[in-house]
Amino acid sequence: MRHSTSQAFLMVLRRDLTLAARNKSEWLNPLLFFILAAILFPLGIGPDPGTLQRIAPGIIWVTALLAALLSLDSIFRADYEDGSLEQLLLTPQPFAMLVFAKVLIHWFVTGLPLMLLSPLLAVSFHLPGDATITLLFTLLLGTPVLSLVGAIGSALTVALKRGGMLLSLLILPLYIPVLIFGAGAVDIAAGGMDASGHFLLIGALLVLSLTLAPLATAAALRISIG
Amino acid sequence: MVNTQTARSPSESIFSLQGQNLACIRNDLTCFENLNISLNSGELLQVEGPNGSGKTSLLRILCGLSLAAEGRVLWQDHDIQKNRSDYYANMLFIGHSNGVKKNLTCAENLRLGVLHGDAVDTPAILQALADIGLEDLDEEYAGRLSAGQQRRLALARLHLSTAPLWILDEPFTALDYLGREKLEQMFDRHCAEGGMIVLTTHHALNLKNSRIQHLKIGA
Amino acid sequence: MYKSIVKLASTRNFYQFAGKLLPWLGWSTLILLLIGSYWGLVIAPTDYQQKDSYRIIYIHVPAAWMSLFIYMVMAGSGAAALIWKTKVSEIIANSCAPIGASFTFLALVTGSLWGKPMWGTWWEWDARLTSELILLFLYLGYMALQAAIEDRRTAARASAILAIVGVVNIPIIHYSVEWWFTLHQGPTVSKFSAPSMDKSMLYPLLVMAIAFKLFFLTALLQRSRNEILDRESTSTWVLESRDSL
Repeated sequence: MRHSTSQAFLMVLRRDLTLAARNKSEWLNPLLFFILAAILFPLGIGPDPGTLQRIAPGIIWVTALLAALLSLDSIFRADYEDGSLEQLLLTPQPFAMLVFAKVLIHWFVTGLPLMLLSPLLAVSFHLPGDATITLLFTLLLGTPVLSLVGAIGSALTVALKRGGMLLSLLILPLYIPVLIFGAGAVDIAAGGMDASGHFLLIGALLVLSLTLAPLATAAALRISIG
Repeated sequence: MVNTQTARSPSESIFSLQGQNLACIRNDLTCFENLNISLNSGELLQVEGPNGSGKTSLLRILCGLSLAAEGRVLWQDHDIQKNRSDYYANMLFIGHSNGVKKNLTCAENLRLGVLHGDAVDTPAILQALADIGLEDLDEEYAGRLSAGQQRRLALARLHLSTAPLWILDEPFTALDYLGREKLEQMFDRHCAEGGMIVLTTHHALNLKNSRIQHLKIGA
Repeated sequence: MYKSIVKLASTRNFYQFAGKLLPWLGWSTLILLLIGSYWGLVIAPTDYQQKDSYRIIYIHVPAAWMSLFIYMVMAGSGAAALIWKTKVSEIIANSCAPIGASFTFLALVTGSLWGKPMWGTWWEWDARLTSELILLFLYLGYMALQAAIEDRRTAARASAILAIVGVVNIPIIHYSVEWWFTLHQGPTVSKFSAPSMDKSMLYPLLVMAIAFKLFFLTALLQRSRNEILDRESTSTWVLESRDSL
């Protein structure tokens, strides 16, 4: 009895969502890190509102990036270690689809909350309203890219015992374009100009990642498992 | 329970698994080479050999999880690497690690079998749990079970699966005498219905099935 | 011709083929390097604006070109390794990495040396230099992944995926860094304005570019041969011809 791909996709969504709900620290910890790391900057640099406002787009984006990096471990490691990942591989459905389902849930429980929390930081950094809205949209489009691209690195290093540092080394260069366009767009908006054109750039990155990243991730997982 | 609808055509309810000229190289050391396997409906292949000889590697190659250094695996005369979807619809693999999610209940774990085409309606799941000796534990988190119970939960899939080919790595681990007996009975039933089994084990099997092949690796 | 390429896929044939090519490559590299260096550093005319300090482009520019070219060869070889599963492709890809990283490093150092007389500082966040720096990290990541995975064939396949992902990202990174640079341009335009190239300056540059490519091939074949010996050290053809190797 073979089930359809969409049924399998929904099953994996449900599975991962249930697991995330029962293992809250996996996604709560990166969020707490996000806030904590961001507030280190006023402590390190000084609370002058002008300075903070100037550096806010970059700081918030960089800490979001680092928090996303920290959260990547949870995509595949647990499944790899208890043997359920190879079981997902051994299904008749396209593996890339199931992998995409996992990455989707990962974004939903880490990237999306990051985006929702960002206005808090924006306020504490005295970012003007327009720029905050731009920040929200850049994170909305950008955090999925972070999850999708990060999953590739996670897949390449899942079989390694202490792959965390290596994962950062592999993924951070690939994160740079999203960072540049994301923080840059907010910078432009903070300067009072229209940044909407730049969403197209981030959107393009998102479309590219959506189409290619799951395939690369699936291929990398096959290699790590094999 | 073998669902013959999973065969490629109704008249071809004879299954065949073949390994041609398989070689396995791990960390530059050759575990085995020029290995040939031919398995048909109703047959059981028992792979034996000392620890580290490559038994698990062979099974993983047969599953398509690992790539053989040389040779290929054929299911119904088709290379499994080119025909994955069809192969996986007809194959069940239970490896060393149970594939059991600690944070899901036993019933939820078994329900994941829908991805493999297992029968996952609630009565079937409850029956399977009862058959394997885990009745009334359907709402219990798998992480709270003992190692032996988790192993049995992994094996519960055998009761629900419709796949004709079973590939099992050390299925008798952590089972007590009664569990072993039940499992052996399951194997007999599966082969009698036309299924096939490949397994590794240290134990001497006590099966009624007369069509058992033995393969020694690393001797 | 196709058959002769397929034959090369065997490590033994490749080893011998590379061995025959190496002396030719080595000598032509040396000769062209000498010609190109002398031509560029001594003969070519002094630049109107930058005087003699521009001459470092004869090393910087070819090095930068090589750093990109080698990455593409590495990714291409990796793709071949994934598709056809040939050991020689894996070995070539693996050998490319340190050479490419070295060229990237050379480009960065010469870029920095070039910048000092121009801007007065050892480092500026110029678009090209920043891209080169990121490329260096892409190479280092590749080498780190190779080193971290024990089984050689698994390591080669995983790195191949990484290299392909990297190759897709390189144009994106280049473009984004360019965009970033123009966005944050300060009042002083500290961009690498290569002098508008007169033919007398261009020719030595091309000679150096060819010389660098030949150097890459020499180093690549040499490294590949070493790795073949290492990997196949237990096979009969290596053991038998140990003396003549």
